[in-house]
Amino acid sequence: MASEGRGLEFYALAAFFALFVLFLYGPLSTILILSFQGPGGGLTFPMNGVSTRWFENLFEQQAVGDFGGSFARSLALGVMTTLTTVAVSLCAGLAFRRRFLGSTALFYLTVASLVVPSILVSLGIGLAFQVAGVQPAWWTSAFGAHLTWTLPFGVLIMFAVFNRFSPAYEEAARDLGASNWQTFVHVVLPIIAPSLVGVGLFGFTLSYDEFARTLMTAGSFNTLPLEIYGMTTNVTTPVLYALGAVTTLVSFTAIAAALVAMSAIARRRKTLKPV
Amino acid sequence: MIARLAPYLQAAPLALILGAFLLLPLAAIVAVSFWDYDSVQIYPDFITLNYVEALGSWVTWKTYLNTLKFVAIVWAITTVVGFLVAYFLAFHVRSATMQMVLFLICTVPFLTSNIIRMISWVPFLGRNGLLNTTLVELGIVPAPLEFLLFSEFAVVLAMVHLYVLFMVTPIFNSLMRIDRALIEAARDAGANGWQTLTNVVIPLAKPGIAIGSIFVVTLVLGDFVTVRFMSGGQSASVGLMIANQISLLQYPAAAANAVALLALVLLMVAAMLRIVDIRKEL
Repeated sequence: MASEGRGLEFYALAAFFALFVLFLYGPLSTILILSFQGPGGGLTFPMNGVSTRWFENLFEQQAVGDFGGSFARSLALGVMTTLTTVAVSLCAGLAFRRRFLGSTALFYLTVASLVVPSILVSLGIGLAFQVAGVQPAWWTSAFGAHLTWTLPFGVLIMFAVFNRFSPAYEEAARDLGASNWQTFVHVVLPIIAPSLVGVGLFGFTLSYDEFARTLMTAGSFNTLPLEIYGMTTNVTTPVLYALGAVTTLVSFTAIAAALVAMSAIARRRKTLKPV
Repeated sequence: MIARLAPYLQAAPLALILGAFLLLPLAAIVAVSFWDYDSVQIYPDFITLNYVEALGSWVTWKTYLNTLKFVAIVWAITTVVGFLVAYFLAFHVRSATMQMVLFLICTVPFLTSNIIRMISWVPFLGRNGLLNTTLVELGIVPAPLEFLLFSEFAVVLAMVHLYVLFMVTPIFNSLMRIDRALIEAARDAGANGWQTLTNVVIPLAKPGIAIGSIFVVTLVLGDFVTVRFMSGGQSASVGLMIANQISLLQYPAAAANAVALLALVLLMVAAMLRIVDIRKEL
């Protein structure tokens, strides 16, 4: 298909792809632009001058509710979820390399965690806590709710990684006299490190932006997505877009950090000399 | 001994977390769906009234029908768009680096906030939005179109925007695994481009389409945020109905509806899993 000159099919599909990218990024860029709306401007174009008024507005506590607090909670929850997701997914990935009793059931339970609607997870955890007489809080019930969303991604990624992992490296290490632990730390871990960074990226961004599963599980203090959702009903100024711009920037930073880490690992591997 | 125990110890954290935060909560939903309630509290009981009320109501069936309509439309659009995008990336982009970069460009929005991505349609589709202003200025329509925002059209548009990546990724994965020799063989055997596509490429892309469908169908079935926000309260879905009952503290009623939705979701996923063995496709 792509072996000779570019045909009509290529140009048609390329145009379609360009439209698709525009569809993905167009709306996002309009709110990035509108977040710099002038002090008198509204929620739509035209721009009424250019200012950073709405970003300043964001940091005045009383104006938009508890932006600082919810932001801090979301970041903390994101980090907790990331670390747990990476550790638990790695362990589960290792477990799935061997046959064990109940492995199929656990695999399908993981898939179920992915397909059960978020609102049901939210309702279920909320009810379970209520029945047990425990107050829900963002660092207990919401933390668990986020894990039911991030773990399936992490486990399925690790599953794919170990499907392609050649046991020859481990056998070689063992032949050279390495213990199980040494083999894991010095052979397996460095090889799968980029994938672990990927799992961590999924863990953080999915948790940081999670809304539906947090709805009934966050307890008395909002996470950032809950705060943003609350704002959509009562805030009619571009401060909403400023918040959108800031939180999108956080997501982009996480993505960029993960990509830099992955390429740093790859570069380091290239420069390693055999001892 | 330790070697035999190892996989159990390694799988234990995952099993414990999913047990505590997925199985137990689902059990709680099933239990509470038989409870009684009034405007203040819920009471342990064993009544089937919640189911009778939920399934006996004409509104419930209409809501299910409306939800399935969203599922069908969004599934059809994301499958076609997802396939075309994945096909372009897999077969028309020649360098592996370019492939990676373009794929990453498709993935990045998926890692940002869904709510912000929904809000971002407002300045575009609104009454005084970019699209309406342009259409009116160009003289294509005499007055701003009202149906663009806060309508079922907006719900479908936002859902496609939010969920299409779930289709692109697995189809792209399937297409990348197709042995290019098969396509050459098809052409050598006299197949034209269209025949190669329908007889070779699409059948081999089926596992990817099935996995993408599982994602899209379950996400749309359970969705309530997109329907609530993008329809401006003018449309209904099962998820939204449950969310509304939750906000009215009618937990047993919400739980009965949740059990029905869960049964529907699991049935549809089981049907799709017959087409594809996920463990082999990863």
